[in-house]
Amino acid sequence: MSFPKTNLTDRLQFLVEEIEAKAREVGLDFFPTIFELIDYDQLAEIAAYGGFPTRYPHWRFGMEYDQLSKTYTYGVSIIYEMVINNDPCYAYLLRANSEVMQKTVMAHVYAHCDFFKNNFWFSPTNRKMLDQMANHATRIRAIMDDVGEDIVENFIDDVLSIENLIDPYLPFQPKKSEAIKDQDSFRQEIQIAKLPAKKYMDSYINPKEVEDQQRAAMEAKLQERSPFPLEPERDVLLFMMAHAPLTEWQRQIVGMLRDEAYYFQPQGQTKILNEGWATFWHSKIMTEVYPLEDSEIVDYCDHQSSILFSSPTNLNPYKIGVELLRDIERRWDKGQFGKDYLDCDDPREREDWRQGSGQTRGREKIFEVRKIHNDITFLDAFLTEDFCHEHKLFLYDFNPHRNEYVLSSRNFNEIKQRLLDQLTNFGQPIISVCDANYLNRGELLLKHESTKMELKKETAERVMQNVYKMWNRPVHIETVFQKTKIRMSFDGQSHQQKKLS
Amino acid sequence: MAMRMEKDLNRFHKIIRGKIKDNLREFIAKGDFSAKEGGKIVKVPLPRIEIPKFQYGSNDGQGGGGVGQGEGDVGQAVQPGDPADGGDPAASDKEGDHGLDVDVELEELAKILGETLELPRLENRGKKNIHAKSYKFSGIQNQGPESLRNFRKTFKQALKRSISEGIYNEEDPIIIPIKDDKRYRSHTLMETPMAQAVIIYMMDVSGSMGDAQKEIVRLTSFWLDTWIKSQYKGVERKFIIHDAVARDVDEKTFFHTRESGGTLISSAYKLAMKMIEEDYNPQEWNIYLFHFSDGDNWSGNDTTDCIEMLKNKMLPSCNLFGYGQVESRYGSGQFLRDLEKAFPKMPEEFVTAQIKSKDQILDCLGTFLGGKRKKAS
Repeated sequence: MSFPKTNLTDRLQFLVEEIEAKAREVGLDFFPTIFELIDYDQLAEIAAYGGFPTRYPHWRFGMEYDQLSKTYTYGVSIIYEMVINNDPCYAYLLRANSEVMQKTVMAHVYAHCDFFKNNFWFSPTNRKMLDQMANHATRIRAIMDDVGEDIVENFIDDVLSIENLIDPYLPFQPKKSEAIKDQDSFRQEIQIAKLPAKKYMDSYINPKEVEDQQRAAMEAKLQERSPFPLEPERDVLLFMMAHAPLTEWQRQIVGMLRDEAYYFQPQGQTKILNEGWATFWHSKIMTEVYPLEDSEIVDYCDHQSSILFSSPTNLNPYKIGVELLRDIERRWDKGQFGKDYLDCDDPREREDWRQGSGQTRGREKIFEVRKIHNDITFLDAFLTEDFCHEHKLFLYDFNPHRNEYVLSSRNFNEIKQRLLDQLTNFGQPIISVCDANYLNRGELLLKHESTKMELKKETAERVMQNVYKMWNRPVHIETVFQKTKIRMSFDGQSHQQKKLS
Repeated sequence: MAMRMEKDLNRFHKIIRGKIKDNLREFIAKGDFSAKEGGKIVKVPLPRIEIPKFQYGSNDGQGGGGVGQGEGDVGQAVQPGDPADGGDPAASDKEGDHGLDVDVELEELAKILGETLELPRLENRGKKNIHAKSYKFSGIQNQGPESLRNFRKTFKQALKRSISEGIYNEEDPIIIPIKDDKRYRSHTLMETPMAQAVIIYMMDVSGSMGDAQKEIVRLTSFWLDTWIKSQYKGVERKFIIHDAVARDVDEKTFFHTRESGGTLISSAYKLAMKMIEEDYNPQEWNIYLFHFSDGDNWSGNDTTDCIEMLKNKMLPSCNLFGYGQVESRYGSGQFLRDLEKAFPKMPEEFVTAQIKSKDQILDCLGTFLGGKRKKAS
């Protein structure tokens, strides 16, 4: 496979080819991957841009870069690896890293690329996003030239505050986007039908009484109308594009930012599994498949221990993912699955369980896992009581009497429930457009489907202000605050809150 | 750094600057920044500028619970870390109350202060200016030490000679300079006028001036420094502490000493005058004097002496004398009243301010640094 010339040293190029061959040997399947050798400064820049060399102009990238560029101390950097979901995959190697690190990064990257290519949740993503990002940047710059940098930047700020309000299932229902746009036809009915007339003839052809009658009829219709949208709409960005009073350039920008949000969405949904997968493979390759030299082992372990470090309350996604995958491989090799196994009550019996002697289905199973699962289904399916026990998981809560955090339980069901709760909708609140003609005044009503966790009030109010700017009419949201159902409203001037029964 | 990031980075800095400017009073009162090595930049902790989102969070200031890993019994205390879920490392919107540590140049802070308070530029009082001497090597001479040889000019000369002698061959253009071709750099002496300023800080460190008062002085002096440094190329600073006796000290001592004697303000003024007479000729230096005290002088006589010195010696020789009275439990504040009585119509060089709390530092700065300065005579 020939790639465009990169700036790798001969030695690194050799290692890339070696490790790539090993990666394919163990069954990893990925788009062509290009490594570039860069300095920390450049890496900080690319990381600030989310992995892409070009993004639209915005201060938040400046902010990320400002922070990231200061964190590098020789040999220890916050950014471990950077690889993007694209065909071809681009990945970066830090010039100052040791050879051990470079090899580890390469193996880790190939596993990520395999994940991007094969995991179901990534299947609808745009594999030419590198070009797409550049297109967005160009178009947004052109709009800025036309309309003014500050105006566009402020609008982008507004849109970004709702960039997490997208539908996680939409990519798998292509027809739905069309259906949302169709609802527009209802809105057009609201315009009063008028016969074309010359101005001086207007009052004869469209006499006021007739218009008044039509208006009354329309209002009656609105009273009994079905709600708009017909069903609560989770893709709020698309809804705004279709129905908010935006100018053409604003609509375009919402469209581009929405594309980018959907592109990044699967990464948020599969963080644990993806990192676990990559760690699993770099570990296997470094220790078994393309083993490190004896002299390199110490460096490697030292590095691993810092990456895989778990603080008592910081469940490290790198760690739990890989440990679960290893657990799955081990169980499937031994046949520790299936109804009989799961029904077995005796932990010792479970430990000694052997079935289907001689078959090693573990490897096959984890490849299947990486193909179909996201973080929620992964934990739900494979987090077992034995695992919790072996890895010493626990629940902690804030104890107001002692004014500190306290270990509260080691109960498996409670732990699993808490993990799944926290992962509900991958950590994002579930918010939909409920009514776009609320109170028959064209006001916007959103609904937050409440779970055990509540919205942060201060940021919610600021988002409402931004949505108001786009919708141009009052905006409301139903949610739960301090365990009470309320409706928060913003009318352009002030925030209100009303208790709901 | 690529051009694109430079633009985004500048945009970010502009926003930071805006935030500091909008909240300048609070920013000064908080005084929450530290100087970095080299002294031209300060590190400022700021709350993270976030794009607000609908997100989960606690509204009562406490975090929710979570899942952890490791040893421990039920009931044991644990240290919460960062939430490990949610968000996307690539999408660059991180949650949490992590603050930002931003580097801001002192020049920038001075500008913000100047704009907010509408400060006039400090004028060099037409001093017989001190000149910084330097050499500029822009001339040519035919002789000189080899270390000053000018390569280009030498070869140019050799080329001229070759052509005029007819030995220059276009096909094979080799030039060999001879001794007479050699050219050397020559120097001229340049004198650049330098505006010089000296700030003399005086502080009452008697028992009644506690840490809180010293903190106010520290913050105020930081901003006075920053502003004055932005107006002059060379600024020296001297520090005098006094109770009943005055001492010339370094900056560290200035802010960390606590004496316990009575207070004789005249001791400080006398020492300041001595410094000026010995080292800082008012003809050459722009002199800024600042005195901070809680106003509890030993006696009315001493106060009279001080007023004498101010009228006859200090005010005529300095650009500005600022007296800042901080409030303390023990201080009487009498000194300020006495000064106001003695100078019913305050001359331009003399300003007083009362700084009751950190919030008022901004106003004190405005008073000290605003207004008209005497022009050069």
